[in-house]
Amino acid sequence: MTLDSREVTPEAPAAAMGATTAEPLLWTKDVTVDYSGKRALKGTSLSFEAGTVTALIGPSGCGKSTYLRSINLMNREIEGCVIGGEVHYHGIEVNNAETDTYALRKQIGMVFQQPNPFRKSIYENVAFAPRCHGMTRRSELDELVRKSLSAAAIWDEVKDKLGKSALALSGGQQQRLCIARTLAMEPDVVLMDEPCSALDPIATFAIEETIRDMAERGICVVIVTHNMEQAGRVADRTAFFLLGDMIECGPTAELFERPKDKRLEDYLTGRFG
Amino acid sequence: MPAMSKRGIERRGRLITGSCIALVVLLVVTLIFMVFSRGLDTFFKDGISPWSFLFGTTWNPHQTGDDGAALVGALPMIAGSFAVTLLSCLISLPFSLGSSIFVVEIAPGFGSRVFRPMIELLTGIPSVVFGVVGLTVVVPWIRSWAGGTGYGVLAGSIVLAFMILPTVTSLATDAIAAVPDAYRDGSYGLGCTRWQTIVHVVLPSALPGILTAVIMGMTRAFGEALAVQMVVGNAVQMPRGLFTPAATLTSVLTMGMGNEAMGTMYNDVLWSLALVLLFMSLVFILIVHLIGKKGAARHD
Repeated sequence: MTLDSREVTPEAPAAAMGATTAEPLLWTKDVTVDYSGKRALKGTSLSFEAGTVTALIGPSGCGKSTYLRSINLMNREIEGCVIGGEVHYHGIEVNNAETDTYALRKQIGMVFQQPNPFRKSIYENVAFAPRCHGMTRRSELDELVRKSLSAAAIWDEVKDKLGKSALALSGGQQQRLCIARTLAMEPDVVLMDEPCSALDPIATFAIEETIRDMAERGICVVIVTHNMEQAGRVADRTAFFLLGDMIECGPTAELFERPKDKRLEDYLTGRFG
Repeated sequence: MPAMSKRGIERRGRLITGSCIALVVLLVVTLIFMVFSRGLDTFFKDGISPWSFLFGTTWNPHQTGDDGAALVGALPMIAGSFAVTLLSCLISLPFSLGSSIFVVEIAPGFGSRVFRPMIELLTGIPSVVFGVVGLTVVVPWIRSWAGGTGYGVLAGSIVLAFMILPTVTSLATDAIAAVPDAYRDGSYGLGCTRWQTIVHVVLPSALPGILTAVIMGMTRAFGEALAVQMVVGNAVQMPRGLFTPAATLTSVLTMGMGNEAMGTMYNDVLWSLALVLLFMSLVFILIVHLIGKKGAARHD
């Protein structure tokens, strides 16, 4: 890890850092999701600490991505989708009509399954969101782009072609660019929806290193993954979802070695999923 | 009768479909050949210089000018055609783009249930209906506030704008809907507003498709004859303003073709107008292809 990337450490607001209570950075209580009246996620309560990586695992359609997309209220962009329950972030309940979702998503970054860089240059991809949020000084933007790309461990590969189209990069590079784009907002939570499922093992390894780096810098990472080995490699804690229900959550090693729930045990031993 | 062998059936099918293709190709080639041969007669047989045809501003093929050459300047019609085409695009584009954005980005349910069927219906309305509406609504309306006859470039442009609205709107809607949701997710995920997402992410990605929509609209506007002819005034003079009567290539063609005998110089010149029309639609189609290619290259 380069020194540069350390500079991206987000300034966690005093509410969370100086809190004498042990309230986690982010926690949900009985979060439910309905698509056009059909329940996709049953009441889910989890908490996420700053500087940790939490993996959400489970078979396809188990609700883990749905849950992830509720944390930053992304599901609200889908017509007919209703998020219920409470999402507490920095001690404030955000799942209500008053929340400025744009400000929330600026703080809670998101990386998607398919690398989705914009049809712009590498530089513009990273500078896009800061510009949207009002940063206009070129020198500031230049510095931020450099820092963010370094933090996502892609600076050395792209520093000579910042003006080139982002779509000319390989899949793994594109995904790291998307991570850089997210880090440019200096978020304190990053949600990742199967960020490596479209990548080869080498690119996957690079992303996993970046994930650990982010956690070391104090970012709270929540990652959805199909891959239990990946959860084992990157996650401090893991939560298991099945059929829209959060079944079990605990420290990753413990969860994998001594699953309490029979269904998790079946899943781990490959009896389904 | 012995059953036809499978190979025989294949050969027969091939023959039938092949001859259909041959017929279509033959038709297109003959059509283009005919327009070219007749259109070029003006210059080779009747000895009119292409320069005076393309840039002459006086149209009166039955008379000759001071230099003894026939007065067949087509510039007034060429200018008229371009004027109504560009103006109608300018008028319809904001509405097309606005409604496309609305139905794709803001109210997709309403878009697929109400708006799209409505637009498709509008596409099917014959141009004479637009002409009649233009004649009874647009022309008197312009007359009431701008004075004059009401006939002219503006009336033609407004009628054309209505006519190409469905074409441009439905193509622009397709272009915007084809932008992958991943782009929108990426932008929303960064906390950008819907407006920022539309302006900075969706529209730039859809730009080649939107340009194609505009060109297709222009092609339709440039080639439309009837509706324009009914409201444009049909005075073959250089368009000097929005409210003075003018003429387009198509309007002069439709009015003149039936009245002049084949083989006369007047008739040849009308064919030359058709040649200009053909050439322009070729250019429009070429532009569409170029945009398509560039769009594809940018996707890679």
